[in-house]
This record gives sequence, C-alpha cells and structure tokens, in this order.
Amino acid sequence: MMRPGGDRVGDDRTEAAVTDPAYNFAYLDEQTKRMIRRAILKGLAVPGYQVPFASREMPMPYGWGTGGVQVTAATLTPDDTLKVIDQGADDTTNAVSIRKFFQKTAGVAVTERTADATVIQTRHRIPEHPLTEDQILVYQVPIPEPLRFLEPRETETRKMHALQDYGLMHVKLYEDIAQNGAIAKSYAYPVKVSGRYVMDPSPIPKFDNPKLDMPAIQLFGAGREQRIYAVPPYTPVVSLDFEDFPFDPSKADHACDLCGADTSYLDEVIVDDAGGRMFVCSDTDFCGERRDAGHRGAMSPPDAAVQA
Amino acid sequence: MTPLLQVTGITRTYGARIGCRDVSFDLYPGEVMGIVGESGSGKSTLLNCLAGHQRPDSGQVVFDTRADGPRDTVAMSEPERRMLGRTDWAFVHQHARDGLRMGVSAGGNIGERLMAVGARHYGDIRGQATDWLGRVEIDTARIDDRPAAFSGGMQQRLQIARNLVTGPRLVFMDEPTGGLDVSVQARLLDLVRGLVRQMGLSALIVTHDLAVVRLLADRLMVMKDGNVVETGLTDQVLDDPQHGYTQLLVSSVLQV
Ligand SMILES: [Zn+2]
Repeated sequence: MMRPGGDRVGDDRTEAAVTDPAYNFAYLDEQTKRMIRRAILKGLAVPGYQVPFASREMPMPYGWGTGGVQVTAATLTPDDTLKVIDQGADDTTNAVSIRKFFQKTAGVAVTERTADATVIQTRHRIPEHPLTEDQILVYQVPIPEPLRFLEPRETETRKMHALQDYGLMHVKLYEDIAQNGAIAKSYAYPVKVSGRYVMDPSPIPKFDNPKLDMPAIQLFGAGREQRIYAVPPYTPVVSLDFEDFPFDPSKADHACDLCGADTSYLDEVIVDDAGGRMFVCSDTDFCGERRDAGHRGAMSPPDAAVQA
Repeated sequence: MTPLLQVTGITRTYGARIGCRDVSFDLYPGEVMGIVGESGSGKSTLLNCLAGHQRPDSGQVVFDTRADGPRDTVAMSEPERRMLGRTDWAFVHQHARDGLRMGVSAGGNIGERLMAVGARHYGDIRGQATDWLGRVEIDTARIDDRPAAFSGGMQQRLQIARNLVTGPRLVFMDEPTGGLDVSVQARLLDLVRGLVRQMGLSALIVTHDLAVVRLLADRLMVMKDGNVVETGLTDQVLDDPQHGYTQLLVSSVLQV
C-alpha cells in the first residue's frame, strides 16, 4: 500500500513540492492513517469522548509530543495549506521543525497566516483570528484525561466518564477556591462538551475557552497516552464553575505594546537587563497583521508609525 | 410497613469455596442489623454483595427506592446502582483511607457527594461541610486540612460525615471500629449511635466485635462458614444464645 508522497503532489505547488520518496505521504503508512482517521471519526461522532488509538513512533525529540503530529498526518491532503504554532508563535523551534517535517514528507504548502491555512496544528493556543468551517485545528495534547490528577486509575476514570460521574471534577475546583479564594486554574481549564463529556482542552489558557465553540473542526491528539478526541463545529462547550464563582476567561488588563490590541492574549516579555518588560500578543501572526495594517502599541518604534 | 431492604437467597461462591450461602432477611426503616462472625465466616462477602460491590451468584437484594418503590438492585444497571451509592446508600469502610480521598481537604471530602448529585454553589457546599464537621466533632477550623493530618479516629469520623452528608437511608458499615484504640472506639460508637437515631438511619454493621453490636444493633445475625446459624433480637442472642457456635462466640467475649 506504500505510495510515494511525490506522486500525490501537484506540479502547481511552488514552494514545497519536492517530497522525499523514501516516505509515504505525510510519513505514516496508509494503514496507520486509516486507523487514526477511524479514531477521529469516532471522536467527532461522540464529542469530547477520548478514543483509544494505537499511537506510532514519530521521528521527533522526546517531549515534543506526537499525538498532534499523527492526527495532522492523518488529516492532511496534498491540497492543504498547513500552519504550525507553538504558544501562539510560528517561529519556535518546535513549530518550525514540525512545519518542515510536513513540507518534507507531505509536500504541502505552508503558511504563517491563520486565514490562509486549511489545517492548523497548535500547542497551547487557539489563534486570535476567528476560524471558519473550511479549517481544521489540531491540538497537541500532553495529558488528555481531565480526571487524572484526582483519580490515577484508568479503569476508574473510564467508568466515571461512562457514568457521567463527574463530582470529582468539581471537587478539584472546590479545592482551588478553598485554597486560593478563586478558581486558580488558568490553563487546561476543564469543560463539558455538548452537555455530556468532561474534557481537558489541552493546555490552552482559559482565555481561549470561549472560542472552543467554533465553526472549525477541532481534533485533539495525545501520543504517549494514545487518545484522540474531537469537538465538531458549533458544539456547545461549557467551562465548569460554581454559581457563586462563575467561570472568568479574563486576561491581563493590558494592551499589546506592539500593535495596541486590547482583546488578544498577551505574553509578558522581559526586554532588558534592568527588568524592563512589555506585553505582546502571543499570536505572532495576529500581531504582525495588525502592525502591517498600521496599528501601533505603546512601545512601538516611533518612526514606524509615521510610515503607515 | 414495607421493608427498606428485602434480601432473598443471596449466595456467593469462589470456585469450590463458599463465601455466603442462601442468606435471607428483611431490614425495616430505622432498624440496625448486626452481622457477626469470625474472619472467613462470609460476613464481609455478604455485605459486599448487598452493597453492590460484588455480584452474588444468585439471590435478590430488593431496596425500597424513593422514586420507584421496591427494586432488585442486583438486576439494576450499573449507573442506577452507582446513583444509589451516592444518594440513598452509604458505605463506611474499615480503613478510613479506603473511603476517603487522602489528597483532598476535609471539606472537599464531605462536599464530593453533594457535587456528585449536582450541588453547584460553593458557599452552600462549604456551609454543609462545616456543619457536618461539627456533627462528627471535628474542629471546623480544620476544614481545609487533608485527612492525612488527622488521627485515625478523626479520619473515621470524617468518613462518616462524607457518607451521611447526602442524607442516605441505608448505611453499610464494615468493621467501622476495626483499627482504632479502645478509647477511640467508644467515642466513635457513641457518635454513630447518636447519628443513627437522629437521622432515623437503617444500617447493616459487619463486625467481629460483640461490644459494637451490643451498643448499636437492634437485631443480630450470626454467621459461620458462609451460613447464617442464628438470628434474633440482639439482647436475646447475646444473653441466651441457642446455637453452639454463638454460645462459643459469646463466652469468648466474656472471657476477654
Ligand atoms: Zn500585538
């Protein structure tokens, strides 16, 4: 069944049409991709349910996680345009390497522009630019089981999901409030999908949780734990909370110092040895697009603003 | 009056070995039944079969549910049985750490059953946890401490609070004073007796300790080698045992 990847890439691809014929398209063999696609379809049919799959070794450094890469490999077609982000950025080692990996093994076009991508693989963020029905967002997930830290036994957590026995999840939030006066969880904040399964939305900031109900398909892959799960388009996703401690997705009360955006998720960056710091959009593409359009922040170079 | 629990012909074997054989009895609302015997007598197997932790080979355990009246819990679906397990039923383990979440605060331990049945108001949950700590005589200032920091007796009282917070009607207890010092046992027994009376609880208490049933149980069932050898009112059985084995049990206690 091995089919050289090069055969499937059209000649009109300019940048990355040269694939290595030593690999099947997108590295994984067709049988493995079919197995992963079956898990993806099952995941889409049962939103939020963790589908077991036979995870494969991928040629990646340990610790990068391979679940997202395997889901991307099974999802890509030769006509896709791939974007890879890590912590919102296209230019981290991890993002660059995965992008190169699929350029080499699948010959697909790549982009940093959210709007131009058909498949976006991400770790830790949902892009600021709203996604559409024509896009697929693939998450790299380290720990898929939201109940894991409360109940280490896999047999027991599966039973809890099956029976919707989710009291323990609220115990975790209760403990947070008891210890910190508020729900301190700011990443991987648990959600209930379509009124049924409690799900860990991978370590995205809780600021991104409201975006989980979106037009695009969302696929989650955990390689080491061998689980795939999914949120189909327009599926209700509710962040867990208490009536008197409602979910609060707010972020640092600050605007981006480069582009002036006051609605985007910000990273705090130390800029000099004197401890100077600035807030910048974690989504590098979003920030760049705004600056290209002439938007400026409090710490933008003064000359640049005049040019626009 | 409809019995709260009607047990008919419960048998459980392990290969050739008999766990318990053909056990039948009724338990009425507000009644406390003691099940006594030595280790290996089948009393724990029986309790686990009744509480749904083990599946009996044959027999019925009919519970008078609030919603649908008498239902055979052996034939129930597991979700239904689990729901019973966190609403109308409670199970107090011999070792508190089997019945507590050791990594969760005392307040969280008590609140879990409330949250499992849909409580979503933090202030209310905490209020009830505080109230229950008081009722089991634990300093309410310790609500955010983990059970690992508690003494054995406190852990056992916390386990009881965690079980009773949802107002169950039937409590299963497996050697509830088992690992505790004698002085601590007495305090726990007084507490349990008070709660059983206040709340009108029905209870099944498995123990090898006749002092426990003397204090708590209205009726007694004596088991040996998987069989029930004698039943009756507690005082009757203890003061005038009919079966030879019961006579031995009682006399060995008197010798202690
Ligand atoms: Zn920006």
